[in-house]
Amino acid sequence: MKIKFYIIFLYAFFINLPAVAHHDEFNIFLIENSENIIKSSAKTVDSILRDIQSFDDEIVSRFLELWKSKSLYYIKDTKQVVLVNENEETLDALEIDGLTRIGNYSKKEIKKIKPNSGVRAKIDSILVKYQISNSDINVRQKSIESLKRNIQPEHLEVLQDAYINESDAELKTVIDRLLKFAIIKYSDSNDKKLEIIESFKGDTAIEIRASLNQLLNSSEVKVGISVPNNKNIARVIVPGFTIKNSNGTSDTTNFFNEDVEISINDAYDKLYAGNLVYKKRITQEELKKILEQNISGDTIGGYSISSLDNEQSRIAAYNKLVENNLAPPFISENKINEEVNKFIFYSIYNETSSEVTNAALNTLASINFRVQIYKYIDLLIDGLSLASIYFLGAIGLAITFGVMRVINMAHGEFIMMGAYTGYVVQQFISNHTLSLLVALPLAFIITFIAGVIMERLVIRHLYRKPLDTLLATFGISIALQQIAKNIFGTQARPLTSPSWLDGSLSLSDDLSISYIRIAIFILSLIFLGLLLFVMNRTRLGLETRAVTQNPVMASNMGINPERINMFTFGFGSGIAGIAGIAIGLFSKVTSELGSEYIVQSFMTVVVGGVGNIWGTLAGASLIGFLQKFIEWFNPSNTLAAQTYMIIFIILFIQFRPKGIVALKGRAADD
Amino acid sequence: MTNSINDLLARHTLIFTIVVIIFSLFITFFSEPYGNGLISTSFVKTLGKTVCLCIIALAMDVVWGYCGILSLGHFAFFGLGGYMIGMWLMYERTAIIVQEAATNELLPLTETELSNAIGNQIFGVVGGYEIPSIWMFADSLGLQLILVIAVPGILAFIFGWLAFRSRVTGVYLSILTQALTLALSLYLFQNDSGLRGNNGLSGLQNIPGIEYLGQEVISIGFFWASCIFLISIFLLFHSLMKSKFGLIITSIRDNETRVRFLGYNVEIYKLFIFVLTAIISSIAGALYYPQAGIINPAELAPIASIYLAVWVAIGGRGKLYGAIIGAAFVSLFSSWFTGGQAPDIPLGIFTIEWVNWWTVLLGFGFVLITIFSENGIIGFLRNIFVKEK
Repeated sequence: MKIKFYIIFLYAFFINLPAVAHHDEFNIFLIENSENIIKSSAKTVDSILRDIQSFDDEIVSRFLELWKSKSLYYIKDTKQVVLVNENEETLDALEIDGLTRIGNYSKKEIKKIKPNSGVRAKIDSILVKYQISNSDINVRQKSIESLKRNIQPEHLEVLQDAYINESDAELKTVIDRLLKFAIIKYSDSNDKKLEIIESFKGDTAIEIRASLNQLLNSSEVKVGISVPNNKNIARVIVPGFTIKNSNGTSDTTNFFNEDVEISINDAYDKLYAGNLVYKKRITQEELKKILEQNISGDTIGGYSISSLDNEQSRIAAYNKLVENNLAPPFISENKINEEVNKFIFYSIYNETSSEVTNAALNTLASINFRVQIYKYIDLLIDGLSLASIYFLGAIGLAITFGVMRVINMAHGEFIMMGAYTGYVVQQFISNHTLSLLVALPLAFIITFIAGVIMERLVIRHLYRKPLDTLLATFGISIALQQIAKNIFGTQARPLTSPSWLDGSLSLSDDLSISYIRIAIFILSLIFLGLLLFVMNRTRLGLETRAVTQNPVMASNMGINPERINMFTFGFGSGIAGIAGIAIGLFSKVTSELGSEYIVQSFMTVVVGGVGNIWGTLAGASLIGFLQKFIEWFNPSNTLAAQTYMIIFIILFIQFRPKGIVALKGRAADD
Repeated sequence: MTNSINDLLARHTLIFTIVVIIFSLFITFFSEPYGNGLISTSFVKTLGKTVCLCIIALAMDVVWGYCGILSLGHFAFFGLGGYMIGMWLMYERTAIIVQEAATNELLPLTETELSNAIGNQIFGVVGGYEIPSIWMFADSLGLQLILVIAVPGILAFIFGWLAFRSRVTGVYLSILTQALTLALSLYLFQNDSGLRGNNGLSGLQNIPGIEYLGQEVISIGFFWASCIFLISIFLLFHSLMKSKFGLIITSIRDNETRVRFLGYNVEIYKLFIFVLTAIISSIAGALYYPQAGIINPAELAPIASIYLAVWVAIGGRGKLYGAIIGAAFVSLFSSWFTGGQAPDIPLGIFTIEWVNWWTVLLGFGFVLITIFSENGIIGFLRNIFVKEK
């Protein structure tokens, strides 16, 4: 009971006490202006919004908020603006203070006030003034956010006050930035603008670039006899030749063949529209139409119709019509060029001060330079993560193909098996982190066993015949692929990464690295370390190298080559299985997952140099970085990038047939 | 001795020629236009396509079985041939359609209008109307036929020259040819490759100028053309491989270094075989795709070339008829099984549906053949019927 009373007391204190004090004056104001409030338009609302500001802040902000949010009603008879409590059948009308009850009305007697979007925007821009000085920081934040979207000249002062009064440091910097944008946009003082533009140098935030670009907005194409001196010229346009840059300057047509800003024909049409030339250009379509309208029998203007199958004869026939006053004169291409060349086409900045635009151009250039550097870094990171992916795909091959010289075309299918293992484990263990921890060793075990079985049943018989191994393993590859298709269907299966791998590490507006890429990079580093350790520091590695180099001698030394081959092949296959889980995390798991990587993986090993794990690393880096580098030239076309990359590799192999890291000595003789 | 070899040679080729011609006549007399219609037009097309596949299998057999170069790129040449002839077929047919539509217009079309209209028809699907410059010969059948030979020929020459010169051999060469194929198919998948991206070229079964004959007659015509080409290629390869040149080729397969030490320029021989077989593959493709009616970049994917090697290996490499048997056997069985015509095998709890399980059977069967019968079906039959001396 006590608590309830307390709440009512608070309510009355904060909302209603001030309202009561000024209630009468405000009511009179509302009655005077009710027509305009009820049927408001963007034009009529200005005077109300101006006058209303003389009232108490609390009342006004509350009223505007209600008005904007379409919560106001009016009584049809009296045109009184009211609030409404909805009951089942009837409506309780209340005065604007929300306390005084006016009476009970039927739904037909009361109507909602619906300000249109133009009016709401205007209300909003006034409302901001009240909200920005609100004691609640959330309200202030909200009002700043809405200001960001729609900033008006009258907000300059509001923002300045808000900046001075703001106590929250974080919000203060936001306001500071917004204030700077507002000054650039609306201030009369060039000095202030220049100072702020200068201060933006090197800051790559997207909103700063947007604000500077906005400052550099330029007019439509203008035309004259000469370039006017008293205007802030953005660019001189050569029709049919120059393109428009985003900063308002012009440039000659570049490598990527961007569209010219205005074609010669369009330029001529512009001259005609501006009454600078007197003869209208006749387009090919118009010419054709006029010719068709003047068909007489088999001829047009004395020319037989069948002869009009080229442009010259069509023009000749048309000129005949012109001679007989049947058509407006035709303007030849030369004439169009000549006329267009008599005039100068240009565009001016909306900003009148050249000092300001130059400063903006300057700052933008320095920002773009930095953005460019970020882009290079981004490119490097892209290349690095692609290289990691290629490395993961190829690392198993580096053992089976690189060390054992076994061409395993089914290697891709081991990758696929690993990925499907991850998917299946996720069906049983719903915790993604835990399922990943289970799936990684399980994938290794499963593909290890598959590799051992394959080695025992197939590859063992074909060690001396590498081309036959290629074909036999291809047979296994298509069989495994089809079996996967039969079991899991053709649609892609998701292998969801744990939530802590979602999202990305953001370094700036232009530079962010997704965690999954970092994870894959780290994983490939772990693989590299693991592999180097196994091959160079363990008994298995030593024996593997011995068997690879000379199986007879190795067996004389008490090594069982059969056993070693089996284990090595299993090990390489097992690593492919783990790689499969990593690859499955960022791409969908399908039965074709492995075959997408197999050709690239082989190339990685061949380019890097067979028989050397460092070589595989070098090959993956070369291919990964190269592909991203080529893509960078033509970002829209990754297919072309892959094509050129492969062609490069083919050429590379010609000049370094043994790969980047070539084996030397006796081991190289194969 | 010499006589007996000549006899054998004459006998082999003669038997082959007669068998193919009898087969062709048999098909013709049961076809729809010239016989009782027992064999449908679509089956005639299937057979005609299979004959084309036999031709490329022959080429593959020569380059791999005889010369020892496991090329995983010959199907790309096959596809290129199809693209080259497809350009003419599509351009010419569209031009005829556009010109027919233009007769309703009041004025005759100018060249620009004509080419824009054709370009719009052909390249509308990839968002363009300009005819790319690689189509500049597409209006001439003669030039485009030359391209069928020239484009794969030059590509094979450049690639082969580079690869053989650097002594890239064995599996490395296989991987490189596979990379070449992948590059080519990826390139063709682009929309701005000028060859309609992944839409490929379509409507190739309508041959401009002789459309009035109808598909029944045209299919028989292509079937005969394919058979005659198969016979001539068989004769060509047969005589080539029996000659001294062929001896050197097989020696290169068996021991390249030794042949080189004997003073032969191994690279030239290999290059010649590589280019020759590439051109023959291309011509086979140019015969195949008008019967198939459509070509798209997926046809050139690396896996197609590996399948080609599979056919030859299953049939028996190093024997010309082995390649033919392998290609015909596997491709016909494949279409029979995957076409859903093969009866499913119920195993109580599980039914083997061949549409899904054929590839598995093929894959494992292929593994078995590679391990146990190096010379494929031919070698298997030999082991049974011909006792080792």
